[in-house]
Amino acid sequence: MDELMLDGNAIGGLLREVFAVEMTTAVGTCGDCGAPGPVGAVHVYRGAGIVLRCPHCGNMLAKIVKSDSRVWIDLTGIRALEVTI
Amino acid sequence: MAGTAVPGRLTWQLAELVEVVVETPHVKTIAFDVPSWPGHQPGQHVDVRLTAEDGYQAERSYSIASALDGTRVALTVQRLDDGEVSPYLTDELRPGEKIELRGPIGGYFVWEPSEGGPLMLVAGGSGIVPLMAMIRTRAAAGNHAETRLLYSSRSEDDVIYRDELERLSGDGLRVVHTLTDSQPPGWTGYARRVDAEMLAEVGPRPAERPRFYACGPTPFVEAVAEALVRLGHDSLAIKTERFGPTGR
Repeated sequence: MDELMLDGNAIGGLLREVFAVEMTTAVGTCGDCGAPGPVGAVHVYRGAGIVLRCPHCGNMLAKIVKSDSRVWIDLTGIRALEVTI
Repeated sequence: MAGTAVPGRLTWQLAELVEVVVETPHVKTIAFDVPSWPGHQPGQHVDVRLTAEDGYQAERSYSIASALDGTRVALTVQRLDDGEVSPYLTDELRPGEKIELRGPIGGYFVWEPSEGGPLMLVAGGSGIVPLMAMIRTRAAAGNHAETRLLYSSRSEDDVIYRDELERLSGDGLRVVHTLTDSQPPGWTGYARRVDAEMLAEVGPRPAERPRFYACGPTPFVEAVAEALVRLGHDSLAIKTERFGPTGR
């Protein structure tokens, strides 16, 4: 267990900046183990960038890097994202 | 830029400090007036942004402590000695001064009175804050959902909202404290970290299909969530909010 781990709630503001809707209740499906779950419950690690990992299998779901003018998002590990609009 | 909140899009808004309440030696509640506040649900948080004269910005998230109350939004902030933001919020900011915040944020770690109970809230240190918003909302709504709070603090002096929790107890709300590091003379309550045995004694049984909200430092929340699953509770009914290593 990593003491620096947070959960998806912690990046709700950043995600809303990008997606413009509440994303912690969006359901993401892990591209590796296939488990679906709310974004608010994924494991989040903050360093130079932000890494999102599947709470079930640890697979890297996404990477996010933010600067003053841009946000770069790698969604390779997410098979599907279901968002309430 | 502060602006008017448009649904969906988050904008930074100016918030004026209107009240400071000293909760414990390290924790204060700071209440703001946010003129265009769109309302919030218990469990949600805000992002706070401070900008230095040289343009350097620091952002942190803080749970909302208050129930919905017009344009008033209260945060309860623990002062971290080496923190970039919390010492300013707790020690420097004066009533009448303004900061930037945006929110409310979050929809996952949220409880509404209409969702009912039984509800089991598990707090470690300042992890009590979003759970207190749920308890206050429950009380304000006259809701009687069976609710239990298991609240772990280091010592009696570190218990946030102690008097208010005592006042709100009863009417379906049961509050149980555990004091992990030091206990006052004559203390008969729990005096250890939250464990499976304690959760089984205080919490509802799995057959009652309770909903869990656990909030606190990451190791605390991990231990609680693992113990609850071991006790036979549905992992989908356990919602967690982790603070990282410094919240307690």
